[in-house]
Amino acid sequence: MASPLLETRSLSMHFGGVRAVSDVNFTLAEGELRCLIGPNGAGKSTFFKMLTGQLEPSHGQVLFRGQDISRAHAHEVARLGIGIKTQVPSVFDGLSVRENIHLAASRLHSGARTRRLVDEMLERIGLAHAADRVVGQLAHGQRQWVELGLVLSTDPQLILLDEPAAGMTHEEVQKTADLVREINRTKALIVVEHDMQFIRMIAKRVTVFNRGSILVEDTIENIMRNPLVRDIYLGKQAAA
Amino acid sequence: MSGRNLNLLGLVLVGVVGLIFMFFTPHFADLDTVLELTVYMIMAILALSLALVWGYGGILCFGQSAFFGLGAYTYAIAMFNMGESTLPVVLAVILPAAFAALLGYFMFYGRISDVYLGVITLTVTLILFNSVNSTAGPEFHIGAARLGGFNGIPGIPPLNWPFNKGAAVDLEGMFYLSTGSLLLTYFGLRLLLASQFGRIIVGIRENERRAELLGYDPRAYKLATFTIGGALAGFAGCLFANWGAFVSPTIFGLAQSAQIIIWVIVGGRGTLIGPVIGCIGIQWLSAALGANQPSGGSDLWSKIFANAPLILGVILIAFVLLVPRGLVPTAADVAAFVLRGRRRREQRGLEPQQAE
Amino acid sequence: MDLFVLLAIQVLYAVASLALISVGLAIIFGMMRVINLAHGEFLMLGGYAAIVATSHGISIWISMLIVAPIVVGVIGIVVERTIIRFLYGRMIDTMLATWGLSLFLVGLTTAIFGNTTVGISAPLGSIEIGAYRTSAYTLFVIGISVVVLGTIFAGLRWTRLGLIARGTMQNANMAAALGVNPPRVYAITFGIGAALSGLAGAVLAPVSGVFPTIGVAYIAKAFITVIGGGAAILSGTVSAAVLFGTINQIATFVTTPVFGEVALLGAAVILIRVLPQGITGRFFRRSL
Repeated sequence: MASPLLETRSLSMHFGGVRAVSDVNFTLAEGELRCLIGPNGAGKSTFFKMLTGQLEPSHGQVLFRGQDISRAHAHEVARLGIGIKTQVPSVFDGLSVRENIHLAASRLHSGARTRRLVDEMLERIGLAHAADRVVGQLAHGQRQWVELGLVLSTDPQLILLDEPAAGMTHEEVQKTADLVREINRTKALIVVEHDMQFIRMIAKRVTVFNRGSILVEDTIENIMRNPLVRDIYLGKQAAA
Repeated sequence: MSGRNLNLLGLVLVGVVGLIFMFFTPHFADLDTVLELTVYMIMAILALSLALVWGYGGILCFGQSAFFGLGAYTYAIAMFNMGESTLPVVLAVILPAAFAALLGYFMFYGRISDVYLGVITLTVTLILFNSVNSTAGPEFHIGAARLGGFNGIPGIPPLNWPFNKGAAVDLEGMFYLSTGSLLLTYFGLRLLLASQFGRIIVGIRENERRAELLGYDPRAYKLATFTIGGALAGFAGCLFANWGAFVSPTIFGLAQSAQIIIWVIVGGRGTLIGPVIGCIGIQWLSAALGANQPSGGSDLWSKIFANAPLILGVILIAFVLLVPRGLVPTAADVAAFVLRGRRRREQRGLEPQQAE
Repeated sequence: MDLFVLLAIQVLYAVASLALISVGLAIIFGMMRVINLAHGEFLMLGGYAAIVATSHGISIWISMLIVAPIVVGVIGIVVERTIIRFLYGRMIDTMLATWGLSLFLVGLTTAIFGNTTVGISAPLGSIEIGAYRTSAYTLFVIGISVVVLGTIFAGLRWTRLGLIARGTMQNANMAAALGVNPPRVYAITFGIGAALSGLAGAVLAPVSGVFPTIGVAYIAKAFITVIGGGAAILSGTVSAAVLFGTINQIATFVTTPVFGEVALLGAAVILIRVLPQGITGRFFRRSL
């Protein structure tokens, strides 16, 4: 078997006495698309923060293509090729959409090539018509797209998406699912999401987090049938 | 007119007005006025240094006067020891820049938050003030230069043309030099801000975490910004020491730091021309208020109106509460609002059916 | 031995006066997250209030301990109502506005009292420690600090206002849900902080004299004591005052007062770098 793209070894994060993440062993293959689900407070966002250098783990390691990145700074992790779209859209609110994308794309390219790439990206995220608008004035869904455009423009090998469909209309969710599948043709992704419809649209393998640990990892079909998962998480939605 | 054209027009306007001002003022104004205007130009360079650091870099430095004072003292001390001004000027830029780099490394790589950054820069300024203030005795000297403590250093030799000790710069020459430096600083900063570096520091100001997640190291960019700001402030200090041929510890003081902040806040953060306008306006106002003093009599009201700190305090409070973005950005907003209103009216006139 | 006792008293005095000038700022910062850059001027106003009251024939003790806190407390409430309340949650803007206030107050007092030092002679004589003499007023300042800190502790721990204040400190909405009016709590808190500053300024007036720009001498020290101490009002102020006061006094003893102050400021810069959350951010976490 080929070496994994990303691997964590007994990764743990404690805040004071609280174990937000404990002893997580997680593996992601090159080009894989993985969904993470789990109730609120299961440690998914903390897990993401450790993968991207925003939090230094209390114990354990994160290996990206075999390289230990658990103590690396966030910008170093980004340069190695991990991009993240955070839960609350994190964009440059005071700048225009074009300036946002340009800032991301210009880390790797310069001059006319950057401008061409920016135009392409604006088309791809469907915001070419709003290129000169200030991002802070856009609707929530559109800001999500801007952030996705930022992440894609840095050309990462692995993309982490934290609740990409949150607050989107049904139509936007559909569009996002299409885009995720398209991205997955060339890149690996980990997607955290609560919206099970969205998960069904994109998922192959699913990892379920509960109380800071991995509860179970399986195909989407088996996860949907798993009574344990139903109890802790899906039960509420199924009943609703 | 598109934003880019408007921007270009502004640049050309600043250049033309600046050059006309620079070349014609000495011919039409008396020497006192020229002397007064020279110090405005020098202070405007100082204002630009904080406009970069705070307005664009988002680093609230309460101690920009520390670098200004350091530049002035470096020039004075080096001049007494060397007698020829080429190297002293270079030192007066490099030393404050190095100090800013050291302090910046300490703060940014220590991940100190905004508020604490203000406190540290303020404290460092006070340390400098206290230290220099207490060096009045003859035992405090660097080479041939006595530090003079609270008395300051008088009689600083003037600038000369590079490597030509005989050719001292006269008062009119100082005006040309200061105004020219201001224009160069302004356009230099415009270039810097239009570059990749400029975009990144603005991005970091807008959202540091996002810039980091895109692969930019905010610490390095902030450090570079802070160092450039220190160098500019040091250069302004060098010119200032030259202008009055005198430095004293008050230029490290809190009052001086407060002034710089007021210039930037009045003119507007995130613009360059704003702080220049704020600086010149406030200095003119201070001078006008100070001029009242001898004739002002001794009743309370005239004392109050001849009182620069009091008026500056009121201005600062008023701007924070009422015009927090400063004059230039607010004026731009108003202009944009008026323009948009007119355009909307025109459109409505053309297509009355589509009015919504 | 006598020298040692003298030095101990000096250190104790340095710590006590540092705690005294900082505690008003600490209350305002700890409870409201407001950094009041006009704090030094509140101290200065306390000094003037005491001096003016004394010159009108009021007993110096009443002037210092009652008139000054009331006058400055009222000024504090006015400031909170007219400026601070518009800026809650905007920490940097609050700093800038209070810096403006600081300049304004310096200008105003210069216009009224002139730019000269006014003094009142310290009451109480001197006491002898072996071959040395020290002012009995020094001991009074130490005593006042202990009383003030003790009163604040009791107030926070056992009174209704203290409870409300602690609640508001934790969560403004929760306090509102309990039927408390946060704006009023903020106004009162700011008033109490200002009153304590007025008291401190008045108590120290006989030692240092009073002049319009004396606030500058206080502000940096008060600041770094509060920031160095961290979020907990009492334990933070006291622990930072002990640390910085000792450093200051020992450095003063070895070199000169000016370099004592420089050592204090330098130590503070390093402390903030090492412990950005202050001493109580790392130690004594759950204290008051």
